[in-house]
Amino acid sequence: MIETVLATFWESIVEIPEFLEFNYEGPIQSFVDWFAETFEFIFERVEDFIRRVTYNLELALFAIPWFVYVLAVFLAGWRLKNWKTGLALALMMTFIATSQLWHLTLSTFVIVIFSAIICFILGLPLGILMSKFRPAEAVLRPILDLMQTLPTFVYLIPALMLLGLGSPAAALATTIFAMPPLIRLTYLGITTVSEEVREAGIAFGSTPLQLLFKVEIPQALKTIAQGINQTTMLAISMIVIATLVGFGGLGAEIYSALGAGRRGVGQGFVAGFAVVFLAIILDRIIQGVAERFDHSEGGES
Amino acid sequence: MAKSVRIEKTSVVFGKPAQKKAASELLDSDLTPQEIREKTGATVAVRNVSLDIKEGELFVIVGLSGSGKSSFIRTLNLLNRPVSGKTMIGDKDLLDMTKKELRYFRRNEVSMVFQNFALLTHRTVIENVQYPLEIQGVSSSEYKKKAKEAIHMVGLDGWEDHMPNQLSGGMRQRVGLARALTNEPEVLLMDEPYSALDPLIRRDMQDQLLKLEDEMDRTILFITHDMNEAFRLGDRIALMKDAEIVQVGTPDEFFDKPANDYVKNFIADVDKTRILKVRNIMEKPHHIATETDTVKTTLEKLKEKDLRFTYVTDANRKFLGYVKIEQLKRSKSETIKRLVNEDDTVIYRNAYLREAWPKLRDAEYDLPVVDGKGRLRGVLDYDVVVDALAE
Repeated sequence: MIETVLATFWESIVEIPEFLEFNYEGPIQSFVDWFAETFEFIFERVEDFIRRVTYNLELALFAIPWFVYVLAVFLAGWRLKNWKTGLALALMMTFIATSQLWHLTLSTFVIVIFSAIICFILGLPLGILMSKFRPAEAVLRPILDLMQTLPTFVYLIPALMLLGLGSPAAALATTIFAMPPLIRLTYLGITTVSEEVREAGIAFGSTPLQLLFKVEIPQALKTIAQGINQTTMLAISMIVIATLVGFGGLGAEIYSALGAGRRGVGQGFVAGFAVVFLAIILDRIIQGVAERFDHSEGGES
Repeated sequence: MAKSVRIEKTSVVFGKPAQKKAASELLDSDLTPQEIREKTGATVAVRNVSLDIKEGELFVIVGLSGSGKSSFIRTLNLLNRPVSGKTMIGDKDLLDMTKKELRYFRRNEVSMVFQNFALLTHRTVIENVQYPLEIQGVSSSEYKKKAKEAIHMVGLDGWEDHMPNQLSGGMRQRVGLARALTNEPEVLLMDEPYSALDPLIRRDMQDQLLKLEDEMDRTILFITHDMNEAFRLGDRIALMKDAEIVQVGTPDEFFDKPANDYVKNFIADVDKTRILKVRNIMEKPHHIATETDTVKTTLEKLKEKDLRFTYVTDANRKFLGYVKIEQLKRSKSETIKRLVNEDDTVIYRNAYLREAWPKLRDAEYDLPVVDGKGRLRGVLDYDVVVDALAE
């Protein structure tokens, strides 16, 4: 008898009472709807801009013969590291070119490059702002933390809402997702410039802008280049997921392989390797450039 | 042109604005810096320091780490802003300057050499050296020319296009010095410039600085924690402890009248033979004869002063040698000219005691001390030297 009473009581407090349950989705949904409608004219412009730039970039890259890419990658690897690196990168490029995925890889590459450039244009000033103004740091830091913990797929939702299906949405999501490391590393690079070197800059009578452009940014370049590298890698990882908002490219190839079950294993792996090789090639080249900016003891001279 | 530096009751306090304000009000109390920190949370790095540094002087501030010397030197180009007092360079007070005036001052009248060189590692040697002029909008041909001159002054010709990380520590600091000389400052601030270098290289750098100082007309403020370095370089020295100055004076004054036991302890390890110059402890000769003096008068003088010999100079006081009393007694000559035993064992009056030592040990009599023109200026007595070192 007493057990039944207890059980009933327990059930009643375990359950969340109806009056405490809210529909949080509703307000968010209506806010986004309102936002999308009110600023439609802006998003149309953004979409148009992304579409035009990526389209032209794609046209330009498609016009270059495949072996020029192989050669360019070889030369870059050789000049920045050694001939072995050059050869390895050239072989990877050849694999991509001969894997019947050439055009898909190039359009993927276009979005990656586009995102990385936008990240650089927006991220660098934000990083500098953050290193110079405390309030900017106080606002940006939690936002960056949030951005880096948010599940990847979440980025697709606003992009989709605002721009609709297609490559502009993919590019937008990729850009937003890939930006935090560049901002962070720019901030880190500038704030870790040796105090004495900064003092020297001031002691010789530099203006704040001279200090920034002739002392701080050049001293931070290696770290900033590492930020560009991380941003590019994140962009590549995002571009595969961005297939969900209707972007073609290598990601689509992988998804279609997923749908094909066992028959898709070969297709999936080939596309997967193409993504990995693209990432390795970009990583090595950007790392090589970053090392050029290392003037510390034992670094490049 | 060199300028004088006059500091009046300058203090530097680090901390949050409210803490700084509270601590500033306690500076004239008799609380120790530690007590002030416990009370207010602010750190007193420099406390009521007053100094008068003359034009063209090489002034050294010495003290242990944490004594406030680096914080102090940074008030002279306002890398640290004092909370009180006056910082007069020439006839201008730094604390009254607008931002623009301060920038002009930093660009033209003062420059700094840093402990860890503070080179712009992304720039070549010459690009580092030209930096102070480059940011002033001087034409590139002009600043390249000035930079080359400065590089030549520190002896780095041929290294213009190397990167700093290709150079040794000593060479890097030469770049730092050259960079501080390109804008031809009136006041040169050197913050422990040689502390990061090997002892041997440090000596070379000190010698170079002394040579440069001789050639240029420049007020130099030099910071070090090394007492030997301080005494070797400084025209005058200030010893700092716990944010305050304990004693100011010439090297001799430090040895003669140390202000307290702390100073005594501090100078105990100083190698005096490397610091004391012959001129600091030489004595007047008991008698100097001129070669034209007669034997008779010389003999009388020697007997009167109870001396066994006398030094002999020519009419211009140029040192010639000595004459012993036995020679005089035996001689039939009119003057002492032909009796002089010529001697070239002399010591230059600006030499360090260390260099005089071997000559002194072998000398038959007190060692004659001469100036640059060979004129007799004094004598160095073995016993006096021993006494001076034993003090």
